[in-house]
Amino acid sequence: MPTFTLKINNKSHTVEADMDTPLLWVLRDQIDLVGTKYGCGIGQCGACNIHVNGNVMRSCLLQVSQAEGMDITTIEGLSENGDHPVQKAWKEVDVPQCGYCQAGQIMTASAFLNNNPSPSELEIRNAMNGNICRCAAYNSIEEAVKVASKKIS
Amino acid sequence: MKPSKRITFNRRSFLKTSALASGGMLIGFNLFNACKPDAKMPVDLSQLNYNDFNAFIKISPEGKVTIFSPNPEIGQGVKTSMPMLIAEELEVAWDDVYVEQGKLDTKNYTRQVAGGSQSIRQGWEPLRQTGATARQMLINAAAARWGVDASECTAKVGVITNSKGETLGYGDVVLEASVLEVPEDVTLKDPKDFTIIGKGKGNVDIDKIITGKPLFGIDYKEEGMLYATVLRPPAFGQILVSYDDSGARSLPGVIDVITIGKKVRDYQESGKWNWSMKMSNSDKVVVIAKTTWDAMKGKSAIRATWKTETPLESSGNHDSILLDLLNGNEFNTMRKDGNVKEAFTSADKVMERVYESPFLPHNTLEPMNFFANVTPDKVHLVGPVQTPQAAAEVVSDLLGRDIEDIHVEMTRMGGGFGRRLYGDFVYEAAEISNAIQKPIKIVSSREDDMTTGVYRPSTKYKIAASIKDGKLTGYHLKEACVNGNMYGSIPNFFPAGAIENYQVDTANYKSNITTGAWRAPFTNFLASAEQSFFDELAEELGLDRVQLHMDLLDKVKKNPDPKIDYSPERLQGVLKLAVEKSNWGKTEAGVYQGLSVYYCHNTHVAEVADITMENGVPNVKKVTCAIDCGIVINPLGAMNQAKGGVIDGIGHALYSDFGFSNGIPQSNNFNTYQLIRMGQTPKVDVHFIESNIDPTGLGEPTLPPVGAAVANAIYKATGKRLTKQPYMSNMNVSEKVLG
Repeated sequence: MPTFTLKINNKSHTVEADMDTPLLWVLRDQIDLVGTKYGCGIGQCGACNIHVNGNVMRSCLLQVSQAEGMDITTIEGLSENGDHPVQKAWKEVDVPQCGYCQAGQIMTASAFLNNNPSPSELEIRNAMNGNICRCAAYNSIEEAVKVASKKIS
Repeated sequence: MKPSKRITFNRRSFLKTSALASGGMLIGFNLFNACKPDAKMPVDLSQLNYNDFNAFIKISPEGKVTIFSPNPEIGQGVKTSMPMLIAEELEVAWDDVYVEQGKLDTKNYTRQVAGGSQSIRQGWEPLRQTGATARQMLINAAAARWGVDASECTAKVGVITNSKGETLGYGDVVLEASVLEVPEDVTLKDPKDFTIIGKGKGNVDIDKIITGKPLFGIDYKEEGMLYATVLRPPAFGQILVSYDDSGARSLPGVIDVITIGKKVRDYQESGKWNWSMKMSNSDKVVVIAKTTWDAMKGKSAIRATWKTETPLESSGNHDSILLDLLNGNEFNTMRKDGNVKEAFTSADKVMERVYESPFLPHNTLEPMNFFANVTPDKVHLVGPVQTPQAAAEVVSDLLGRDIEDIHVEMTRMGGGFGRRLYGDFVYEAAEISNAIQKPIKIVSSREDDMTTGVYRPSTKYKIAASIKDGKLTGYHLKEACVNGNMYGSIPNFFPAGAIENYQVDTANYKSNITTGAWRAPFTNFLASAEQSFFDELAEELGLDRVQLHMDLLDKVKKNPDPKIDYSPERLQGVLKLAVEKSNWGKTEAGVYQGLSVYYCHNTHVAEVADITMENGVPNVKKVTCAIDCGIVINPLGAMNQAKGGVIDGIGHALYSDFGFSNGIPQSNNFNTYQLIRMGQTPKVDVHFIESNIDPTGLGEPTLPPVGAAVANAIYKATGKRLTKQPYMSNMNVSEKVLG
């Protein structure tokens, strides 16, 4: 089996995997970074969202062979102490119900706010539309993005 | 603190204490059942025994409090709200409380279940009694040390104070308290003195959730654990004949391919039955691999042959079967008041409508998964299940093991909605690990999850009402449903008691498709049907919608009916509050409102939906939701449940569709099955009735009414009555918003 060297959360990891293995499963099963979640496997739900070179991406659609040389950030690496403004906003608003989708939501929101620190409500709703929350905590997610935006800008 | 309630209880029923070897005091109690008379408390935390006690409080010499919360957490918030009840009466600062999920390993108690919105309702008294008892023991220990009477001492924020102003912390007296007699009567606090109950407390797992720490079943790992995927029949009605596993075995990550199913079949054929076992009796092919991806790839490489054993069903057939049932004469009468037939014969007008709903998968975002490690010593099961007790009992029977050998640990669950009441994935995991005697974790793909579900059954209602001299004289509700029928208290919900001639009849069709509870079973669609019907009825009667309800509820108040399951006063209360907060009838041009008022799961709710129409497509802008659930334990969690329920209800009423063709589910992932997304969500404006009545649950009650609130608003906007869900598929508009 081929080996790949990945840069994840500023650390280098060498893994052995089939070329077509989605990065999602390499993160979860081989590197023990289980914060990135599996929801659909076909890029529909956003539970597996990570940052690749600062842009939000579905880790279920990114093959491990494509991820070499890229700067990958997962929820575990978003901040040192869970104190990224988006994480703080999530806590302040008490967003999660079951909590399963929230890592993906936070990764989407943080990449989005990085590019657009003071978005309009419509821009927030469009940016977050690719992330499913089955508990439908959408009102709180939307509010938390606004709270985070205030912290950042 | 003014004492409010002196309670005497049977000490045997819930509490023992011991001094821990590591220091501190351990209090064990059984929330919903009696402890064994000879139950012993451990002196070491690793020995916590959930056979005798299903929950524990630990107080350390430093005064820190750990509460082992007994009920499963599926996102409904009980891991936060149940410990709040204990902490309130224990008189400790919430910030000093650490909450851990309790384990299950017992045949001795009855309700360690997440379901039916009942955890808070049933835990309200016993949890507070437990906290109050512990508080009293700590006070007694301090009083003994000071040589004063306990009545001269008070406790607050973990500190006991005597009449001279001397103080002792809880940690200072835990060891003495732990060996004291358990007091047999304690005083509960007056609700006006509450400092934790009624104050918003954040989710106790928040830090782990926002930093991605392992928390869910799918995150669970043990040394040497292998991953298993299961190939099940593609169509309901089929069973496995043979398979070729050479492709799978040639993959480097695949370790083994085995067959399971015999244990379940033996169990079923021996005449044993457990309600939590809803699964195919076919053999299934299991791929065991080093990683999840290896196991998934291995499963795709299996070439299986299936044969049809029972008829392959299609949604088109279900539709005509259910309609035939509604038009037939074979019913089970659930409630009958007066004479509906006569009322209909002598009426000036009879209105009749049929309402239809599809099957629905649960689609918890965390797919079904479970860890099992079967060894000669014990059976260790870890994962997300709403009914751990049933899981333990069935696994004990399946594997022929003593119940004492079965150890179940619950993880946080990535959603439940009823799906995890059924333990099929636990039974499969146990059978796999038993076969290979290795630790395994079974992981379903989204496709497995959606196509081998335990679905909300397709249901149809026919509602008829008679009008004479401008008055509502009769009401006849008929239900035709796949597999099951409405539970016994539903016929006693509104409008029971409000209409002289009233009848509820049910009929069902037995299908080989597995069906079961789905968030707010039966009422999740019945409320849409009835509350749409009442909208039409009000129009026919020439009455304001609100007035019709107020009048009917006044009738119930004047002629109390001991059989009804709701409070007419409380329904009127939420109706008035929703009307006031929504500016009912006073909206700006282009905004259309619909109303719905409903009682279920012991909670009363009224909702008003505000919609606009954009290019013929309804856009739900706002939902005003008024709730009477008695005392609100945790306003933050309550708000989350209420808003989530409303938006979940809109999503499934408007967008989500599911059916079968020749036994095969017609959607298998989120590219063809639509769940509501942020762009489709309204702002939900929630208002709670202020109340001192004992609390009831919130996991389900805000979901059922909202479908009709939206349908009634769409009627105002378009003049079209929607009777078939999902409504969007029946509006001749196609708005598909997928990721």
